Amino acid sequence: MKSPKKRLHFRINIKSKHLLAIMTLFCISCIAATLASGVTSAPLKDLAGMIIVPFENSISRIGNGLAAMRQSFQDKQDLIRENEELREQIDILTTQNGKLISDQSELVRLQQMYRLDEEYTEYPKVAAEIIAKDPGNWYDTFMINRGSNDGIRVNNNVIAGKGLVGIVTEVGPSWATVRSIIDDSSNVSAMAVSTGDNCIVYGDLELIDEGKLCFEQLYDVEDKVTIGERIVTSNISENYVEGLFIGYVSEVVQDTNNLTKTGTLVTPVDFQHLKEVLVITVNKQDILDTPSQETEEEQGEE
Amino acid sequence: MKSKIVMFFTVIFTFLIQCTLVGHIEIGSVKPNLLVILVISMALMRGRKSGLWTGFFCGLLIDLFYGSVLGIYALIYMYIGFLSGYAFRIYYDDDIKVPMALAAAGDLLYNLAVYALQFLLRGRLGFGRYLSRIIFPEIFYTALLTFFVYRIYRLINYHLMTTKKKECDSIWVIK
Repeated sequence: MKSPKKRLHFRINIKSKHLLAIMTLFCISCIAATLASGVTSAPLKDLAGMIIVPFENSISRIGNGLAAMRQSFQDKQDLIRENEELREQIDILTTQNGKLISDQSELVRLQQMYRLDEEYTEYPKVAAEIIAKDPGNWYDTFMINRGSNDGIRVNNNVIAGKGLVGIVTEVGPSWATVRSIIDDSSNVSAMAVSTGDNCIVYGDLELIDEGKLCFEQLYDVEDKVTIGERIVTSNISENYVEGLFIGYVSEVVQDTNNLTKTGTLVTPVDFQHLKEVLVITVNKQDILDTPSQETEEEQGEE
Repeated sequence: MKSKIVMFFTVIFTFLIQCTLVGHIEIGSVKPNLLVILVISMALMRGRKSGLWTGFFCGLLIDLFYGSVLGIYALIYMYIGFLSGYAFRIYYDDDIKVPMALAAAGDLLYNLAVYALQFLLRGRLGFGRYLSRIIFPEIFYTALLTFFVYRIYRLINYHLMTTKKKECDSIWVIK
């Protein structure tokens, strides 16, 4: 009577423990394989993407629709009131408009100086919609509904209307995952517009709520970089094309080595409510390669 | 076989909801973790082995789409499933307090593991800040949501899957 009881107990226990041990080994070997030898899981990802992404597309569309509907009920009352207020404001604003037109010409001149406006339109872009976000709270990555079929490749830069959003880390036929610059593991080589000094901009989870990023190793001996300075992606960055706007400096502190500075900057992109992004379908490496080839050819002709 | 298929679709569906719709109900930019709820529910209702497999596949999905290293989330979720599977023998699954406590414990384990494996190793030492900013809010929100979501999983378990009798895994009864 005693022995079958024991045997049964023994068998079940060992089995699930064995299973755990086997699967643990499997997982650890997976981790080791991807970390050490760079075995790619791309085929698996493509397969999973083919199954999952169409559903994600439709579910997120339904979700957005519902959210919009809820919003529209809430907003109706507000809108009527707001409309009246706005009509009054129009009168005030028309008078101000005249003054602004004169400012406009100055703005155009300044933009030409920065040459940012030009550079933004130079690059070919693809518009994409965010269909899913990463399931945890620790990271800030998201999935967009365009992929290699639309010319998106790994390391493509992603921007929203006002500034840099992130970089493409994985691509499937009809989807791509993007790591945003506020993600804790993101690093961007950047520079200050007025001085051209380089620095490293990195995301910090502790600052995400405030919509801020950190920068470090800013070499600025003459103290020219002040609060409000524009920080853009630098010319020496390997992955980011030059001149994409990252944010305004909000805080500068001298490092203890008296050579470099660290601080925080405010990004103009609202990462909480991001819905649509633009993907620049040219990589920095392509841009680096093409001009050099052209100059070589020119030299050859000469 | 039927329960395996149902399980497969439940995992996929939960993952989809977690990635798309849960973003709409986040409070203070903290999302609840539906996948942890799924894993501990299945472990509580169906035992260690089911918990282990559910956790493994949930984690694998995250690894495939959002992870940088394949297998790390699978490992974390697998252990959550396996460990909460011990509750299968101890508690009845019709008391809502048990899955809520389990979800809180599971979520704590998950967050600690993510912090230790991916943040601490990069020298991010502000543990107190992460604890109050991410870990505790997520635990509370997840436990709260368990109150509602657990009933759905329980319905799925009892109506669509072949129910595992408590006795068959019990140490007191011989088959």
